[in-house]
Amino acid sequence: MSFSLKKDKHGVVVVGVDGQLIVGNRQDLKQKVLDTLEGGGKKFVIDFTKTGYIDSSGLGVLVSLSKKIREQGGDLRLCGLNEDLQTLFELTKLDTLFAIARTPEEALAAF
Amino acid sequence: MTTPQPLQLRRRATGGETEIELSLDVPSDLEYVGPAVELIADELPGGPLSPRRIRFNFRTAFAEALANAIAYGNRRDPGRVVRVRVEVARDAVRLHVTDEGNGFDPAGVPDPTLPERLEREDGRGLFVLRSLVDQVAFNQKGNSVCLTLRAG
Repeated sequence: MSFSLKKDKHGVVVVGVDGQLIVGNRQDLKQKVLDTLEGGGKKFVIDFTKTGYIDSSGLGVLVSLSKKIREQGGDLRLCGLNEDLQTLFELTKLDTLFAIARTPEEALAAF
Repeated sequence: MTTPQPLQLRRRATGGETEIELSLDVPSDLEYVGPAVELIADELPGGPLSPRRIRFNFRTAFAEALANAIAYGNRRDPGRVVRVRVEVARDAVRLHVTDEGNGFDPAGVPDPTLPERLEREDGRGLFVLRSLVDQVAFNQKGNSVCLTLRAG
């Protein structure tokens, strides 16, 4: 499991989550995104195309990052959720809290 | 995790309704959650659960139960372990997760989907657990949970 961060040509930071986002690695993701935010990054896309599962603490980190990014005048979008992950967001009503796009391309185009 | 110890999975063919029983003792360190989940999930293909339910429902529910037991049950005390027992039967997989803590009252956990709780970072674990498996049963003390995923 690992995270990749890259900036697109418009300066949007795309974070890929490979494997899972759970209690054992969520702080790593949080720190990477917060460091980038501190370095001036404002627009973020988290891409779950290669993600197997997310537990409640992973969901919690997304909620916390979303708040911190908004406080800095930025924006966070999610994309690439498979059917199961989409259901998880709907059950927890977090689909009402996040802007969720189907693909990374759609998420980037929405900025 | 300063001194990682390999996790030792034990397998037992039981006969009768439960065909195989897997057991595992997990140290009270959250770094073990991911490896423990993979270790057990890798044993399940060919059993009663579909690959999709193993990949998502089983893994997520197990990670939730284990993290709760380590963090809230054992309070990450290195002197305590979480005992995991998995019964693989023809009709279901039953996952028992037991910690050495004082237990808790699951009825006292508020609904995390209420508008005023939606932006909280924590408090979704039990709700997610209940959403992903067919049955969640705690013992009376509240330090042991049995998760049932029926075949399919």
